[in-house]
Amino acid sequence: MPKDGGIGASTKRREDIRFLTGKGRYTADINLRGQAFACFLRSDVAHGRINGIDTSAAAEMPGVLAILTGEDFKEVGGNPTGWLVQSRNGETMKEPKRPVLAHGKVRHVGDAYAMVIAETFEQAQDACDAITADIEELPAIVDMAAAVADASNRVHDEISDNIVFDWGWIEDNRAAVDAAFAAAPHVTTLELVNNRLSPNPMEPRASIGDFDPGTGDYKLYTTSQNPHLSRLLISAFVMGIPENKLTVIAPDVGGGFGSKIYHYGEEAAVLAASKLLNRPVKWVCDRSEAFMTDAHGRDHVTKIELATDMEGNFLALRTETLANVGAYLSNFATCTPTFLHGTLMAGPYKTPHVYVNVKAVFTNTVPVDAYRGAGRPEATYSIERVIDKAARELGLDPWELRAKNFLTTDQFPYTTPVGLVYDTGNYHATLDKLGEMIDRNGFEARVAESRARGKLRGFGLSTWIEACGIAPSNLVGVLGARVGLFDSATVRVNATGNISVLVGAHSHGQGHETVFAQVISDKLGVPASSIEIVHGDTSKIPFGMGTYGSRSLAVCGSAMVKAADKIIAKGKKIAAHMLEASEDDIVFEDGAFSVTGTDKQKTFGEIAFSAYVPHNYPLETLEPGLEETAFYDPSNFTYPAGAYGCEVEVDAETGRVEIVSFTCADDFGNVINPMIVEGQVHGGVAQGIGQALMESVRYNEDGQLLTGSYMDYAMPRADDLPNITVDHSCATPCTHNPLGVKGCGEAGAIGSPPAVVNAVLDALHRGGITHVTHIDMPLTPSRVWAAING
Amino acid sequence: MKVTMTVNGKAMSAETEGRTLLSSFLRDGLGLTGTHVGCDTTQCGACVVHVDGKPVKSCTVLAQDVAGAEVRTIEGMANKDGSLSVIQQAFQDHHGLQCGFCTPGMVMSSAALLAENPTPTEAEVRAYLEGNICRCTGYHNIVKAVMAASGQGEQQLAAE
Ligand code: FES
Ligand code: FES
Repeated sequence: MPKDGGIGASTKRREDIRFLTGKGRYTADINLRGQAFACFLRSDVAHGRINGIDTSAAAEMPGVLAILTGEDFKEVGGNPTGWLVQSRNGETMKEPKRPVLAHGKVRHVGDAYAMVIAETFEQAQDACDAITADIEELPAIVDMAAAVADASNRVHDEISDNIVFDWGWIEDNRAAVDAAFAAAPHVTTLELVNNRLSPNPMEPRASIGDFDPGTGDYKLYTTSQNPHLSRLLISAFVMGIPENKLTVIAPDVGGGFGSKIYHYGEEAAVLAASKLLNRPVKWVCDRSEAFMTDAHGRDHVTKIELATDMEGNFLALRTETLANVGAYLSNFATCTPTFLHGTLMAGPYKTPHVYVNVKAVFTNTVPVDAYRGAGRPEATYSIERVIDKAARELGLDPWELRAKNFLTTDQFPYTTPVGLVYDTGNYHATLDKLGEMIDRNGFEARVAESRARGKLRGFGLSTWIEACGIAPSNLVGVLGARVGLFDSATVRVNATGNISVLVGAHSHGQGHETVFAQVISDKLGVPASSIEIVHGDTSKIPFGMGTYGSRSLAVCGSAMVKAADKIIAKGKKIAAHMLEASEDDIVFEDGAFSVTGTDKQKTFGEIAFSAYVPHNYPLETLEPGLEETAFYDPSNFTYPAGAYGCEVEVDAETGRVEIVSFTCADDFGNVINPMIVEGQVHGGVAQGIGQALMESVRYNEDGQLLTGSYMDYAMPRADDLPNITVDHSCATPCTHNPLGVKGCGEAGAIGSPPAVVNAVLDALHRGGITHVTHIDMPLTPSRVWAAING
Repeated sequence: MKVTMTVNGKAMSAETEGRTLLSSFLRDGLGLTGTHVGCDTTQCGACVVHVDGKPVKSCTVLAQDVAGAEVRTIEGMANKDGSLSVIQQAFQDHHGLQCGFCTPGMVMSSAALLAENPTPTEAEVRAYLEGNICRCTGYHNIVKAVMAASGQGEQQLAAE
């Protein structure tokens, strides 16, 4: 039994109290004295040349304080990309400037080209409507294949075509892969679309810029998953505000799922406007704006081929992908379809030869970047779909086909043909666990029972792996990252013995305030209730990279452990002095420092007090105080993995798919708070089912966004989803971080879409509808019906 | 125009324009920022409050139209001594919230459901909450929390 409040306990979340009583403090809830309001004027065409903007009438409107356009930001820097990717031919990727406000051209519906600041939001909105712009509409570039084929119509005039890069991974593997294909007894080929999604955290973005003319300090309150990263980008690249004069505060943040990793132009704009007006300037995004400005996710078109022998042994895998990056390069737009996707194409399998080609393409659409899973769902979907198709073609059982190609436990550490080193795992264990959980023996009877009701029942399997705990800085540096990806924590033991932990990670639903306190409580033997977790304010926390990619516990948690270890080491020195013993004889256990083999001891509180009131203290050799900071840079990624099963019922008359059950057997390594881990999986699976069955961002050929609200973009609701059965007992702890944790936040979104699609195809085939070999997501009733009747 | 209504048992007033929504009356006029705004098409339910005992999406009601009404918001849901009410406690116990943004609306809708139907089935809970979007939890634990708050938690858990 884990100690309540310690590692392994399903401790209830302390943050819930404020959220349940309406006392959360989200950015939009913050009102600063004297604040003005900003509204952005956004392009209603996908592609156009700005010939002129007339703000004269708007400037005369009541309450208007200032109007800014792209002209005003011409001299400041562009919003940069965090990762430089090289093309196969050795050329560096193309990287056109992404301005704060559009200048010269508008490049997607929603691209902001003017900003009004007024006394009230309504006045700013009214004045936006009074701005007249002469925008000459240009042909929209929407379809990726067309964007690649036609270099004469370009999203960015200053670069030679619409291709950001043409990336091969690993280029040196290519010949061997092609040779393996040429000699293979069987090749399964599949063309598929990984549908474009809108992340849709329920809290829309918001930002408040607050310049203090007295000190010259800037403060930005914003909806960010990583306030230090935003500060760095704004300081070093966009606005040139010295880092020490800018504080970024991300208070309570209502979900992110990737979309709040990025720095957005509105953040720089409210800072500039606040400086101009010497007043705080507040902007709150509405949902319609969110749909056309928050970075979208996925949007790949892929051809995947799997070479096997007739017994189903995987011989080689090859993919070609077009990845949409939208109109501008968002901060991690270039690494998502490459290093977070191509490097995962080995999956949990021992496929000896793998080659991945990705062309990233500019289009006149909202920028696309990492969304829950980021590249890894795309990889998993392609692999797990082609394996299912291969099983059918070869007449093999999909469970056995996977199991026979899994890496085995004696193969770790295992270097994949796509450049990762898996440290540990047990893929057979999670697959077997899933088998136990779903009552495989009763399946045929359930199929018959469904058939009796005129429904087709099917089961879909998917196994997944991801690389998270992002990331070893030296490795990603070699691969083109422009940032370090360590994290940090300060453990501040206060004089009275309670503890403040200041962390670089940011919680926007993950429950860090509870879980991180559990870790420190376990480490230092102090009750969790005496431990406070501080995050989200760059003026308080050490430099850390924030939260995304299931990294918080693996990276920031490791930094916390390191800092706590330093506290213990110092505590031992203090205890040795106080107890007149040798430091080597001091042991720390259950919150007390004692001399080994004696009953002499000092409590943690006594040591803390002594550090701050150092009367009996080795001042000649030791500084007073008890506060330690650690930066942790992981030596490898972590590799959580699992097996997911989905059972569906399809109504062949209508094409409607109902999920009967969804089951997950995961390996997350050690688990600190099972309740929270399970909640993370539920949420991820819900998003994955959303992708598989409902969600899709659509543009028409003119680049108009057709899915710009919850009326047109189908979000999963309570009655669209089943209960989700989860298990994480097959744990192989990570071998290289001190907690043995791997990360769980993205798992559900990675593993679930192929399970759902495989289940639907299984249902159709069992029902004798054998001509359908693939349906692109989302599997809406009309698509399924069309496939059946096609 | 100054509008007065009874909010969480107290008469409260603020200036309004004709276009002022109940959600902004509460948030901006009265500083009750527990009521959230998650969309602009009456779809997400983050803004649900009770008006004269009935759940409404406060983003879709004009403040002036409900002048004089009895309004209850998330800030008025705790017990008198400040402890969590049964439904709030059930959300915490069953991890029915993650980022907390949908939570005020979820709690208000769930409370309305239980007032109408004290022992709903799981399907009834899912159907009733159809107007409240949560992006974090996948609803699994929200449904569990509502079932538990209705006193059916034990059976429900046993059945799983
Ligand atoms: S804010 Fe009222 S329904 Fe979305
Ligand atoms: S808890 Fe985040 S939207 Fe529901």
